[in-house]
Amino acid sequence: MAKVKFDILESTCVPLPFENVDTDQIIPARFLSATSRLGFGDNLFCDWRYAKTGEKNSEFVLNNPDFSGKVLVTGKNFGSGSSREHAVWAIFDYGFRAVVSSFFADIFMNNALNNGLLPIVISDDLLKKLTTLVQNKPNTKVKIDLEKQTFTILSTGDSVKFAINPYKKDCLLKGLDDIDFLLNMKNLITGYENNKSLAK
Amino acid sequence: MKSKTLFDKIWDSHVVRSIENGPDVLYIDRHYIHEVTSPQAFNGLKERGIPVFRPGKTIATADHNIPTKNQHLPIKDELSRNQVEKLTENCQKYGIELYGLNHPKNGIVHVIGPELGYTLPGITIVCGDSHTSTHGAFGTIAFGIGTSEVEMVLATQCILQPKPRKMRITVDGELQKGVTSKDIIMYIISEISASGATGYFVEYCGSVIRSLSMEGRMTICNMSIEMGARGGLITPDETTFEYLRKLPAIPGIDDLKSSINEWRKLRSDSDAVFDRDLKFDAGLIKPMITYGTNPGMGMAIDDSIPLSDENGNKASSSFLKSLDYMGFKPGMKLLGHPVDYVFLGSCTNGRIEDFRAFAQVINGRKKADNITALIVPGSKKVEEQMAAEGLTELYKSAGFEVRQPGCSSCLAMNEDKIPQGKYAVSTSNRNFEGRQGPGARTLLASPFTAAAAAITGRITDPRVFINKEQKVKK
Repeated sequence: MAKVKFDILESTCVPLPFENVDTDQIIPARFLSATSRLGFGDNLFCDWRYAKTGEKNSEFVLNNPDFSGKVLVTGKNFGSGSSREHAVWAIFDYGFRAVVSSFFADIFMNNALNNGLLPIVISDDLLKKLTTLVQNKPNTKVKIDLEKQTFTILSTGDSVKFAINPYKKDCLLKGLDDIDFLLNMKNLITGYENNKSLAK
Repeated sequence: MKSKTLFDKIWDSHVVRSIENGPDVLYIDRHYIHEVTSPQAFNGLKERGIPVFRPGKTIATADHNIPTKNQHLPIKDELSRNQVEKLTENCQKYGIELYGLNHPKNGIVHVIGPELGYTLPGITIVCGDSHTSTHGAFGTIAFGIGTSEVEMVLATQCILQPKPRKMRITVDGELQKGVTSKDIIMYIISEISASGATGYFVEYCGSVIRSLSMEGRMTICNMSIEMGARGGLITPDETTFEYLRKLPAIPGIDDLKSSINEWRKLRSDSDAVFDRDLKFDAGLIKPMITYGTNPGMGMAIDDSIPLSDENGNKASSSFLKSLDYMGFKPGMKLLGHPVDYVFLGSCTNGRIEDFRAFAQVINGRKKADNITALIVPGSKKVEEQMAAEGLTELYKSAGFEVRQPGCSSCLAMNEDKIPQGKYAVSTSNRNFEGRQGPGARTLLASPFTAAAAAITGRITDPRVFINKEQKVKK
């Protein structure tokens, strides 16, 4: 678990307009043999980012010098497949702090929130508009305000409220994590076990 | 009292506390861990200086990263060896039962959990692996989690989790000859898409589901995640109890008879309400195969690849990128297409019944020369059963080499990789780009269809090999 604070983020975006981007694409299984959380960013989207020879694939957006920023804008059903948290570690380690899509896979969403990477769901229409805008004008900036739960495209003024679980929002704003929260509940947990004769 | 689904009943009885406007604190009865998603969680405990809260409730195995040949020798790859050693170290340090490499009961976590009697009706199970949904076949709430959550469970035996919505999927009707549980679940996923059940926990019902063996039910529940579901479960019944009665031991259960009497009560109330209700006619299901790079891109084996994506969009860049990766074109038929590799195994189809089904198609025939086959039992127990039933010998005489247990080519973390551009008919669960090795092209299918491809060297309708007299295994 990581204790990461998030409040306001203003940044340009990196567009990755594909649907169903699964966690095997985000970080292929052959990189999962590590035993620490660090360094996965080097292999983020490895098989799209590098040719088999190890050279950079110039067509891939992460290798395009026009695009940079802390916000990844991607297609629906992002993060499907394997539960590997390494996918979130890789995205975070690369430098992203938020991912914008119209739809996220469940486990990815939980993993992201547990690591201070903010998953933001916007409508299909706004996602389409944002993606086109960013592709045409790479200097397009967005502003994310977690306290107000607003997502704004600064150049157009499009602004929407995004949803987030209030508990998770509070954790991110204060930089708290679930384990501290649960450790403080040990008596309650032991009480539950005693009630069910589970404390073995 | 308000009527409840089976899922509600199990979930609600495991809530330690509900956080207002937040997730539930859910108690976990069994925690399965493996070498790949646990080391960072143990590091977290170390940094906090805290112990494993209930070490007796966690069991461990090494499966993802291990070789399937010469398991008695040290693992060649240094990082893999280090990861497997770390698991052993952590289990010793924290007092966790380990069914590691070379343990006589080692195997894929979702195969050995049920075999060893750890997976039981009415309990909650989590594991840092998305196919944890497999265990739902026993009437269990089982789902995959990330490593932060593994740390959470090690530290407190609880997890913070929002309660998913509920979906009921009913499969009635008559299953055709040569159609297996794998085809049923692949059909459902192709109908509702790879994200069609995201946010839901599924209950599988209907006469066809009830007629399945435990192995068949596990295959169905295993792939719940491939349509985005948090998990899937099936009401425990006589088939479940018979499976449990035959186990050599069930840890923590002294009086199985009275436990079974309790488990009989585990069912959805007749008037329970589901957020979504889907019905399928088994008679419409044919042997299935995937043509794209997510499990929703599946079709009947004798069908043609659709001309557009699931939304009817012909120019969808994701759809065209996917077909391009596979080397296919919209409208193409796959029957007769050459195949290079066949993989039989994984937590989806690595149980004894799957090896019997594959053997049923071999039935004296030989492996095609152009096929490299990876035949990988899901556990040591399956490996032993295969030998005892004469299957190992049968595979050998047909030209197939039987490997040692592990996840193997399903995710290709070890050396069992499918080479760039090669086609593999695979009984596993994911056809993602590069899943079975960089550039590998995966065609998901049942053990029958995999066997038919192994014999002919091409994509072949397995019904050709299943004659009328043979009893069709489900």
